[in-house]
This record gives sequence, structure tokens and C-alpha cells, in this order.
Amino acid sequence: MAKANVSLSGKDILDLASMSVEEYELVMQTATEMKKIMKRDIKKVPSLRGKSIINLFYEASTRTRTSFELAGKYLGADVVNITTSGSSITKGECLRDTILTVQSMACDAIVMRHPVEGAAAYAAKISDAVVINAGDGAHAHPTQGLLDMFTIREKGKNFKGLKMAIIGDILYSRVARSNIAAWTKLGADVHVAGPKTLIPYGIEQLGVTVHNRVEEAIEGADVVDILRIQLERQKSGLFPTPREYARIFGINEQKLKLAKPDVTVLHPGPMNRGLEISWEVGYCDNAAIRDEVENGVAVRMALLFLTLTGGKKIENID
Amino acid sequence: MKTLIKNGRIVDPSQNLDAVMDLLIEDGVVKAIEKKITEKADETYDAKGLLVTPGLVDVHTHLREPGLEAKEDIVTGTMAAAAGGVTTIACMPNTKPVVDSSIMVSGIKDRAAREGYVHVEVVGAITKGLEGKELAEMGDMAQKGAMAFSDDGHYVSSTRTFTLAAEYISAFDKILISHAIDHELSSDGYMHEGVVSTRIGVPGIPALAEDVAVARDILVAEYTGAHVHIAHVASKGAIEIIRQAKKRGIPVTCEATVHHLTLTDEACADYNTATRVSPPLRSKDHVEAIREALKDGTVDAIVTDHAPHAPEEKDVEFRYAPCGFCGLETSLGVILTELYHTNLFTIDEIIGKMSTEPANIFSLNAGSLKVGKPADVTIIDLNKEWVVDSVKFYTRGKLTPFEGKSCKGKAVATMVAGKFVMRDGVVCTR
Repeated sequence: MAKANVSLSGKDILDLASMSVEEYELVMQTATEMKKIMKRDIKKVPSLRGKSIINLFYEASTRTRTSFELAGKYLGADVVNITTSGSSITKGECLRDTILTVQSMACDAIVMRHPVEGAAAYAAKISDAVVINAGDGAHAHPTQGLLDMFTIREKGKNFKGLKMAIIGDILYSRVARSNIAAWTKLGADVHVAGPKTLIPYGIEQLGVTVHNRVEEAIEGADVVDILRIQLERQKSGLFPTPREYARIFGINEQKLKLAKPDVTVLHPGPMNRGLEISWEVGYCDNAAIRDEVENGVAVRMALLFLTLTGGKKIENID
Repeated sequence: MKTLIKNGRIVDPSQNLDAVMDLLIEDGVVKAIEKKITEKADETYDAKGLLVTPGLVDVHTHLREPGLEAKEDIVTGTMAAAAGGVTTIACMPNTKPVVDSSIMVSGIKDRAAREGYVHVEVVGAITKGLEGKELAEMGDMAQKGAMAFSDDGHYVSSTRTFTLAAEYISAFDKILISHAIDHELSSDGYMHEGVVSTRIGVPGIPALAEDVAVARDILVAEYTGAHVHIAHVASKGAIEIIRQAKKRGIPVTCEATVHHLTLTDEACADYNTATRVSPPLRSKDHVEAIREALKDGTVDAIVTDHAPHAPEEKDVEFRYAPCGFCGLETSLGVILTELYHTNLFTIDEIIGKMSTEPANIFSLNAGSLKVGKPADVTIIDLNKEWVVDSVKFYTRGKLTPFEGKSCKGKAVATMVAGKFVMRDGVVCTR
């Protein structure tokens, strides 16, 4: 159970490394309640009525942006989306001024996705509103980490001593960094594998085991998290061809057989089917990829609720 | 005009001097240096309890003029030098336009002589426009007084071009300064590749990018016989390559910056744009290797790489920030705090690396208080405690990774050619 004194009220959500296990727990419990709201016929509650949330997206996004927007709307908040094209950002406005501008419109939370590592922390320093990091470069994607955590727990898995494998582009992955931070904190045994050129320097020092062969990482795993491979990485010479990647590092049914029979397969999406994940694995019974999307809304509802109200009005939910 | 500096502890590595003595200056040059000088002077400065040293020499700075005056100009940059106890600075050619012709060299020298507060030496470009293709008119620039040549900020990637430049300039007895980074290897990186970059998700620049570049430059120095000076060495691999090259008698020298001697990549962990610099701040093992090399003489000089930027340029996301920060007003204080008061280096070693040795490498008439030398003097209070506060800086580019640092030791007066340009931290009006 979350301790009574744990609160996320008014806190920025920048990364999972700086959050405590108790804070994770609070989010998990709240997200469970939020998921119930999503199952209702009329999925709208007034908990965040009168609150305004700005989705400030400097990078393309389908699921994260939509997920945050619906999360805010299900809770009754006003949600405004700003994307780089069609805003003053194209006129060269700097991030400081953009943050100050939206803040002046009395927004309560800024949900930001940005291609530069540390951009969320920078925005948080400028902003009085709560900043929720929706992905900053290769640094962190805390809501993805929390929704993965929720999904894994929903499958009855409780981290301690479990073998987790993260496969693919660890170097440029904010999802990998967020999950490594959370899973090692929760006592799981975390393994990573991928082309050597996509494994960052000294990653072992974050408490993970590195494998040259994906088979070794997957063997006996309780969870396999398959990362998206961006085609730019191949173009910049980090691996020879997509064909070779799929053959050697891509996860297919045959490789997945090495994992535990009840393995949970995760993928943050969007998938490159046939590259990092085979068609069959993407649709197999062990794949929790669509659960991740569903839980993403619940987790984001929980975070918006907790940061903007401190959970004080939780009775309004039921 | 005679000035007498009395009772100071004179530390002058150029004459192995460390003793309480009087220093008489007449018409801009050192007239006498004796136990007790009784001659009447126009002005007497009591330096009791203070250190009197040859004026500090910083062979790696950016004055940004012409073209980039939002960052700095000759006036503000030389005021910052005076405030920091630095009496001679060399400025790099990456201005707009680039210093790649003799008129640019003379233009900067003339303006600095008229408007500046300290001596300014000019480093000319190796290639036209710093593009790494055609050689700039180095001979002409040399004859107009360019101190050395560098495509600073840019590595001359073409080995042929760099070799031709070295061969060509060796006939003019000038030095090539290399900003040694293999840009293909550094790729999209913008901090040191290490555990910190891995943790915070920032693409890393491997130390290898510096090592291979330095190795090539040294092979070129060996082949051509030209003197190559490696700018801001920051990696343990590169420093070992330089150490071996020196043993083999290859004409190579190098410098280390104040920040590479005192800060690690942990300073970047909160994405502070003040820590973004090239080469990047590296991990502790590299910093220790650079300190060791400073001790054993592999590193010849301490520099700032004073590289101011306008506030709006640095108040951005980490990746978008330009490399570099100001350094002239913090260099002595930080070095004394981190290297002298920690008993790692003697004051003689420090003044040698910050004055005498860089002056000798580039054949500057500086770095010495011998009789007849220009009276460029720095007076230092070794025990003065102060806190770095950029609001008080003279430089225009105020951002520094040393903001708020408690320092011990500071220049309290700076004299250039016999005239005080700074007293008690305040730059004198011209």
C-alpha cells in the first residue's frame, strides 16, 4: 500500500529515476481506479473540472499525445494541443518564451514531448505549472515506464527477482532508460541485448546485464520489452541492413520460445513489424502491446489527477 | 613615470625567483628587482603579504570581434582579462568574418592597442574561412604579427591539407594550434561518452575522437618538423600520445584548460548549458590524467578557452547550446583553489604554466620580470576568499559552470606595460 504521506501534488514528473517506489505505488493504485472509469458507459468525471492542460509536442506522436488528451478530458479538464508546426515555434520562439506564454494563460499542467534530453527539466525550472515529461530525447519517458509497470503488474508479475529483457536500440531509447531505472529499483533482474553499436557505454553500471546475443537475454525471461528500431539508425551506419537486424536481433516466435511460457511481450510502439518484432509475436497471446495503450490512458489520468489535485478528491471518482 | 612595488613576494619562474623583494618599473619596463629599493618613485604600491608575478598569459581565448559582439568584443574581453590578472591573451580566428587575412590580423591588433586593456595576440586561420580546404595567407599574416595559426573549433580533417599547412608554416617559424577532434567520430554526441551520458541519455563523444585526431597531428609534426600545439587536451589517451611524442623529440606542445583540470562530466548531469564545451568535460580518470601530465611537464600551459556567448544563446535546451563559456575572470581563482590550496601544485609551477611557459612556447615578450622586460605584472592575494558571481563579470558572456563556487586566491592588481589596468577587482578607466 502507498504510504499515507506520499503525495505527488504539484510535483513535476520528469523521470522515473527520481521517483520513489512509494510514488510508483501511489500511481499504480490510482491508475487502477482510473481504469474503472474508462470502462464506464459515460467515461467522464469532474475531478479536474476547471483545470487546463497544455500538450506541448515538439515531436510527432500519436499514442502519447492522444492518450494524454483523452486522460485530461475523461477527468473533465480543458486540454489544448500545441504542435511545432502551426505555432510560434516555427517563428523561432525559444522554449523559455513558449513555456512562459502558455503559463500566462493560466494553465495548470504542461505535458511536453521534446527531442532534446533534459528539455523537460529545463521547462520545469521555468514553469510554475506542473510539467509532465512525455519524452525528452533519449533521456526519459516516465509515463511509458509507468504504463509498462502497470501492465506487468496487471499480468500478476511483481518485479522482485523477475527476469526482464530489453531488446534493441538501447542507446537512443528513453523507454529503455525509464524502464531500467524503475525495474532495477523494484528489484528485478534486468538484461539488455542488441547490436553492440546500439548499447551505450557503461550501461552495466546502471545495474543491468548486457548480452551480445538476444537469445541469452530472452532465455527464461518473464518480460520481454522490444524497442522500436528507427530506420535512421541504419542509415547512419549503426547496423548493416534491416534484413540482418530482423534475422539476428528481431524477436520472432522461435526466439520467444526461450522465454518463460507466460512471458509478457511489450513494445512501446509504433511497431516495425517484420523488423524488431515479427508479425506473429506482435499478435501472440503473450503480447500486451494493446494493454499498454489502454493502460497508458489510465496511468496518465492518475498522474494528472495526483499532480493537479493531490488525490484529495479521490472520493469523486467512485 | 616610475612605479615601485614594495615588499611583495616575487615569484618569477623565468628566473627561478621566489623571494620578498622590491620591483621598480620605469617607462613600462622592469628597471630593477632587488631586496630593497630606496629610489623615489611616482607611485608606490605596498604589496606586503601579496604575491607579485609576471602577468598571466592566456593563449586560448575568443574576443568575438568582429561580427559576434553580442557575445564579446575587444573592450569587454580585455577588461575581463585585466580583472582576472591576465596581461596577454591570444584570440582565436573564428570571428565573422574569419581572421584569415593580414588586414584582419592588423585590424584586431590595432584596435586592441587603442581600445584594449591588455596585450592581444592574434591567431590566424589555417584555411580560408576555416573551411579546411584552401590554405589561408598564413605567410602574410605571420609577417603582420599573427602569433600562430589555428582553425579553432574546426579540426582540419584533410590530412593532406594539414600536412601542407604544417610544411608551409614551418618556414615562417610559426606554430599550428590544433583543435583535435575527429568530427565523424564525435557524430551527434554533445557530451563526454561515459556513465553520465548513458544515464542521462545524451549522445556521447568518445575520447577516441580526440585521441585519433591528436595522433594524426603528431605524425604530421614528426613528418614535417613543424611545431604543432595541441589545444585543450582533455583525454588520457591523447595526453599519453603527446607524452610519448615529446620523449621522441617531436616538436609538440599542448595546453589544458582550467575546466578540464577541475570539472568532470558529473557537472553535466543536470543539463546545465554552462557545462557544454568542446572538448567535453570528461570523467574523473581523464581529469586525473591531465593533472598528472601538468605535473610531469607533458602539459605546457594552462588556458581558459574563454568562449563567451550571449545569454539568449545559452538559455536553451542543452543540445542547442553553443560550446564554451567565459573563463578569464575565474581562471586564477579556480586554479589556486583546486590545485594550489590542495597542495597538488606549488605556486611556482602554477605561475609557470599560466605565464612563463605559454609565453616561451609562442616566443612572446612576456611571462618574465627580468630587468628590461615589459612591466606586465599580476599582484595576487593567495588567501583572498571570494565567491564566483557572474553579475560582477566584465565579460559579456556571463554564464559559467563555476557560478557560486567559493574560491581562495585572486588577482588584486594587474599592471600592463607599467600601468595599472585593474586594482582591487575594479578595472581602471583608460
